[in-house]
Amino acid sequence: MSVSKDEIKNIAKLAKLNLNEAEINEFTGDMNKILDYMDKLNELDTDNIRPLSNPLETYNVLREDELKRSIDREDALKNAPGRNDEFFRVPKVIKSDKK
Amino acid sequence: MLPYKTHTEKIRLIQKAQLSLIENVEFFLSQISVHKDINAFNFLFDDAIDRANKIEQKIKEGTSGKLAGMVIAVKDLLSVKDKPLTCSSKILRGFEAIYTATSIEKLIDEDAILIGKTNCDEFGMGSTNENSAFGPVLNPLDKLKVPGGSSGGSAAAVAANFCDAAIGTDTGGSIRQPAAFTGTFGIKPTYGRVSRYGLTAYASSFDCVGPIAKNVLDLALILKIISGKDELDSTSSESNEIQFPSQNKKYKIGLPKEYFKEGLTEEVKTGIEITIENLEKTGHEIIDISLPHSDYTIAAYYILATAEASSNLARFDGVRYGLRNEKIRTFDELYNLTKTEGFGKEVKRRIMLGTYVLSSGYYDAYYSKAQKVRRLIKEDFDNAFREVDLIISPTAPSTAYKIGDTVNDPLQMYLGDIYTVSANLTGIPAISVPYQSENSLPIGIQFMASHFNEEILLDIAQQITE
Repeated sequence: MSVSKDEIKNIAKLAKLNLNEAEINEFTGDMNKILDYMDKLNELDTDNIRPLSNPLETYNVLREDELKRSIDREDALKNAPGRNDEFFRVPKVIKSDKK
Repeated sequence: MLPYKTHTEKIRLIQKAQLSLIENVEFFLSQISVHKDINAFNFLFDDAIDRANKIEQKIKEGTSGKLAGMVIAVKDLLSVKDKPLTCSSKILRGFEAIYTATSIEKLIDEDAILIGKTNCDEFGMGSTNENSAFGPVLNPLDKLKVPGGSSGGSAAAVAANFCDAAIGTDTGGSIRQPAAFTGTFGIKPTYGRVSRYGLTAYASSFDCVGPIAKNVLDLALILKIISGKDELDSTSSESNEIQFPSQNKKYKIGLPKEYFKEGLTEEVKTGIEITIENLEKTGHEIIDISLPHSDYTIAAYYILATAEASSNLARFDGVRYGLRNEKIRTFDELYNLTKTEGFGKEVKRRIMLGTYVLSSGYYDAYYSKAQKVRRLIKEDFDNAFREVDLIISPTAPSTAYKIGDTVNDPLQMYLGDIYTVSANLTGIPAISVPYQSENSLPIGIQFMASHFNEEILLDIAQQITE
């Protein structure tokens, strides 16, 4: 399977990465090489095989739903690049008509 | 040089007042400073000396924990409260952890002394420790070579006598391969044996926390302490307690024919052959086995690990933590500029790959296919362990790479993980034991065992080291 530059641009958009022209070229080359190698999985017939997502195949690890203290608000906010009192500060999402 | 070989000897010297713990920590700090070019540490902890003072008292009063005074370095992927946590990434510059990882908490509870955070490949992504915002780590045995990765700083710190032992993490070989490249011992425990709480997630169904040490006794001691079920990690397991030292048992050891076909360097081949000869001489039985899907492990691993990585790393959105470009005006810019400016190239490459294999139209062809192959590989190992107790292989196909050798060829770097990724795909434990040949850098001999059988890995490691 070969991946085009346009597909790489689209993947970068999905991954929220801005890539410049040189990086797009480089990643297109890398990805094609890597995916070519990965195509070897198609040699295997896996029709009746169940996917394995966890090596120990544990399911539904349950616990009592008890209220416990976890992280203090000040601690949670301590690494925020922007804050306003007890809130994380982010760019404005809603556009305003006034101005 | 250090006047002791193992932790037990160290404690005895302190008890007899023949070793000052403060001077011991000062010695490590001076070694780190003299050999700054190794670049093993991202941060040093300034409270280490103070802690040494307190713990020395406790040792003398007989009230100290099992790891009292052991000086341990922690990979900068694990949280230690109020200390920096960067994952060797620009995106976490200035971040301070707000809680302590369970595995590290257990070390502290047993009176270990944490000396600092070690350099690593960014978010654990790499096999050479060259992908770090803090710059590459040099191999203390040969400074033109890499120490391996991603726990390169941890392994280098142990090999260079910057500490007694270190904690690393292993998603595809990141404890074992650097241990092999630096002549140290490293063990990747069974998936779930050690809590992942406080470990920055790379690929959650693969990630394991484990020790790197100078001898099997210390390795076993640390592993025992950090093991156990943790309410804060629902994938951690209630498991059997590791009994060690155990009694010199004789084992059936499997030799997979697929592992010795090609790509092995001469040093590695010879080292394995001599080890096998010695194992036979000392009464172990070597049995030829087959792991038929060995050729597919790298492909399956890199599809699944990058898919999980692309999902895990989505959290670095610049809202709650992470760098922020002051020019940001919109939400989209916030996400895009944070990731674009914060992540290094290998991390971006893996996010791209993971996003691709999870994207609609390719999900079945890659992600789902790889999950099925993961089961086939696991069944290979289940079958093998019906016949043998252990599987022997090299840890890596060669000795340490030259710095710069794999930088422009990511696939080449991925292929070097051929012997290590199977243990992560299947969740089984694996150990790397150093083998020193005459005229080359050390190689690693890897043993794998079935789930929760770390005990026999430690036993065989101890036997071949003696």
